[in-house]
Amino acid sequence: MRTWRGRAAGIAVAVAAFATAVTLQVVRDRAYSREEAQNLAFLYVRSPAVLRRIALSFDALAADVYWIRALQHYGGDRLSRDGRERYRLLYPLLDLTTSLDPYFTIAYRFGAIFLSEGYPGGPGRPDLAVALLKKGIAAQPDNWRYYHDIAFVHYWQLHDTKTAAEWFRLAQKQPGAPGWLEPVAASMLIEGGDRQSARFILQQILNSPEEWLRQMARRALLQLDALDLIDRARPVIVRNPPPAGTPYSWQWLIQRGVVSRIPEDETGVPFEIDPATGALTVSPRSPLFPMPRTGPPQ
Amino acid sequence: MRAISWIAVNVFKESVRDRVPYNLALFAVLMIASSFLIGQLTAGQDVKIIKDLGLAAIVVFGLFIAIFIGIGLVSKEVERRSIYSLLSKPIGRPQFVVGKYAGLVLTLAVNVGVMTVALYAVLGCLTYIQTPAARAAWDAPGVDPRLLEAIALIFVELMIVTAVALFFSTFSTPLLAAALTFGLFIVGHFNTDLKNFDKIVDSRPAIWVARAVYHTVPDFSAFDIKTEVVHGLPVAAGYLIATAGYGFAYISALLVVSVLVFARRDFK
Repeated sequence: MRTWRGRAAGIAVAVAAFATAVTLQVVRDRAYSREEAQNLAFLYVRSPAVLRRIALSFDALAADVYWIRALQHYGGDRLSRDGRERYRLLYPLLDLTTSLDPYFTIAYRFGAIFLSEGYPGGPGRPDLAVALLKKGIAAQPDNWRYYHDIAFVHYWQLHDTKTAAEWFRLAQKQPGAPGWLEPVAASMLIEGGDRQSARFILQQILNSPEEWLRQMARRALLQLDALDLIDRARPVIVRNPPPAGTPYSWQWLIQRGVVSRIPEDETGVPFEIDPATGALTVSPRSPLFPMPRTGPPQ
Repeated sequence: MRAISWIAVNVFKESVRDRVPYNLALFAVLMIASSFLIGQLTAGQDVKIIKDLGLAAIVVFGLFIAIFIGIGLVSKEVERRSIYSLLSKPIGRPQFVVGKYAGLVLTLAVNVGVMTVALYAVLGCLTYIQTPAARAAWDAPGVDPRLLEAIALIFVELMIVTAVALFFSTFSTPLLAAALTFGLFIVGHFNTDLKNFDKIVDSRPAIWVARAVYHTVPDFSAFDIKTEVVHGLPVAAGYLIATAGYGFAYISALLVVSVLVFARRDFK
């Protein structure tokens, strides 16, 4: 009986002590927020050579950890609304990941998309995206996907259709490359990189086995639809200017019977109209924002 | 031979009494928990990361078993004074050392075997729940028999660590033996640098010393083919055979030296 009571008392004390610890933790977190300090991004070791040595035989696992850090860094900064410098550690993290595991294909490919995405959706560094993919080629020279991705960065972000076509042709020369690369390269060389070519490439990417690539292609196709609609609407708006001294507005265009309601992009978010020029833009609230830089349709 | 197997079985039973198999439960929890969590964090790289994590965990758990049990194999018997009653039986000192080693290798074999089965079980579940399109994007199949190549070399590496721990255990204290074994494990992973010393230094004597250390210290870095296997890259059969052969030859040398050192020890 005494033993049973003693044990029960011991358990009660342990539970009470643990509950006290949790309570103090909650109270402390509320009173002394350290979120700012925790949010500061640090990268203590930046040298891939040093990290490879520190990791001993666990370099692949260390690469996984840095990959998860890169994802969190990119996602956190993309969702962040404060004015701090964004995506500062993205390239160093991806560089460490791919140095620790040179065959980490997704880190090169996904990383290149992150890096090339325009600000604020990404750091807007297509040069670093290309550098990362060239590192992938150095590790796996036969992997056509890296050549294809470099071509895509040149086409989509840098609007350099000539270089993009060259990289597409290089991709085609690699073992196991799909047959549609060559027509894409030819189409780019001939047409100078119009939206039709972009659609063709994106339609091909929709057949990719990788869901994240298909998702990216679906979004880019919706962006192209939005760009087409903006281009079609532009002359109509210009032909119906508001009275002098009055800004362009949807109310005016609806009153004039130019449009029956505010047009929306494919995600259901209304387009915005510039009061001064009447230029149509995709709303920053739209999942399609930011839009790719593009020239007039050809 | 009978004496060796008798000692080996007793070492295995003692490790079970010492609750060494608890690490298997920890491994299973780690694998199952990570398979749930990692899928949320890695943008479709869960199978690759589970493989990396599983192989790394086999190394870490095996290393702890090899070092912390290996260093006590001889010294524990001396501390308890049970060595007197053991050696008074018709058991030679070489049989004692080899039996102890075989017992710990048996413990490691059971542990590595169970961890391998657990890893394959988790990978099998992940493969089953994924769509064919997602599976097509993987570098290598989820349940990939080539993982066994990496696990086989990990096992030989752990056998060397055990032999090193046993060797130090024959003449030093457990703490010192643990420190020396762990130190040698780390140095063994820098062996490639020692091999390539001539590329950064001109001094001939320095290069000879580096080469001598390269050949003396166990070449643990050669046993690491985890990255290649996880990405489905081919590893030449010749490389596997040569590395495993190197491991067995190194273990034989260590066991002979351990027997020689132990034979000269005076327990009065």
